[in-house]
Amino acid sequence: MTDADFEYLRGYLKQKSGLALTAEKRYLIESRLLPVCRRFGIATLSDLVGALRLARAGGLDKAVIEAMTTNETFFFRDRAPFDLFRDVLLPQALAARAGVRRLRIWCAAASTGQEPYSLAMLLNEAAPQLAGWRIELIATDLSTEVLEKAKLGLYNQFEVQRGLPVQLMLKYFEQVGEQWRLRPALCQMVDYRPLNLLDRFDHLGTFDIVYCRNVLIYFDAPTKADVLARIAAQLAPDGAVLLGAAETVIGITDALSPDPKHRGLYRHGQARAVAPAPAPALAPAPSLPRFAMR
Amino acid sequence: MRTCLVVDDSAVIRKVARRILEGLAFRVVEAEDGTDAVALCRAAMPDAILLDWRMPQMDGYEFLRELRRLPEGDKPKVVFCTTENDVASIARALHAGADEYIMKPFDKDIMTAKLQEVGLA
Repeated sequence: MTDADFEYLRGYLKQKSGLALTAEKRYLIESRLLPVCRRFGIATLSDLVGALRLARAGGLDKAVIEAMTTNETFFFRDRAPFDLFRDVLLPQALAARAGVRRLRIWCAAASTGQEPYSLAMLLNEAAPQLAGWRIELIATDLSTEVLEKAKLGLYNQFEVQRGLPVQLMLKYFEQVGEQWRLRPALCQMVDYRPLNLLDRFDHLGTFDIVYCRNVLIYFDAPTKADVLARIAAQLAPDGAVLLGAAETVIGITDALSPDPKHRGLYRHGQARAVAPAPAPALAPAPSLPRFAMR
Repeated sequence: MRTCLVVDDSAVIRKVARRILEGLAFRVVEAEDGTDAVALCRAAMPDAILLDWRMPQMDGYEFLRELRRLPEGDKPKVVFCTTENDVASIARALHAGADEYIMKPFDKDIMTAKLQEVGLA
């Protein structure tokens, strides 16, 4: 791969997915895109760049972007964001939304589903308190490939053991050969949709809680600021955003501010007064499937 | 420093587990069988026990029942680590007093996650 090829791919990935690659990450392009070359019968990375420039290979652009996406995830990852949900956010929502009995949650980088399913399990554990509530748990990801896996709710022995307490595994999964399948009732709680965070997402409506974890770390500062400002615009006035352990809004945007009581939790910041309101015609989104807690 | 007793008749598994556990700042004690493990627990109760199921003299299930009858035997967190990977075996182990369950093969991430689950990592 020539320097010019690397620069092209770097610009291409930045434009299409927001992925900001430094020169030290050149090896990542080689290790992840050579398998794409083989799949498409392309001899070299230079030839791949040529095909991308001509935009002539059907599906190649998508394959390149998906191959460069990091899909590392596991159930109850980092634990604290889920303890916060169970112990702080859900009780707050139960009180604040008691009148409307409606809760909208968005997992903005859902990958293979472990994060939204972790939340689905916690919601199910709180089912008696949520009886009669309408809950929307929307999970999006750039990669349609990972979303297809997520929808299946089928995990191997390694995946199902990473972060998932054995009691919850027995309660919510059934063994299918050497794999473990999430029970259909839990799968049906999550509405999966492909979404590139660089694109508009105001059509998703307003959310009470947004999990946007371990995706902004791959973006440069202006892209982070843009995405965070647009998330803030979709956030209910008393809503909450949870970012990854290595992510922050400090020095990036004032659309959101850290909650001083809870690390990793963010609320509307100083910029709220000037943040654009979601377009009334687009929010909320009545066409989204919902589930009702019984 | 917390102590973890690794009970497994496979020297390879004990070696792999030792490497991971020492990386998590555990002092590691080894036993090849449930009978040896009971003797070690009588001498000094560990903080955690990583426990195989199938072993030649006393198996993991018998050991666990024996352990829980010992003075202070309710203290150690017991994580089964076994190839008995079916729902019935897992449920049986939990019913007998296991705190967590690792299905072999395992890796460092899984062991760390399971020890976190029982509050030891």
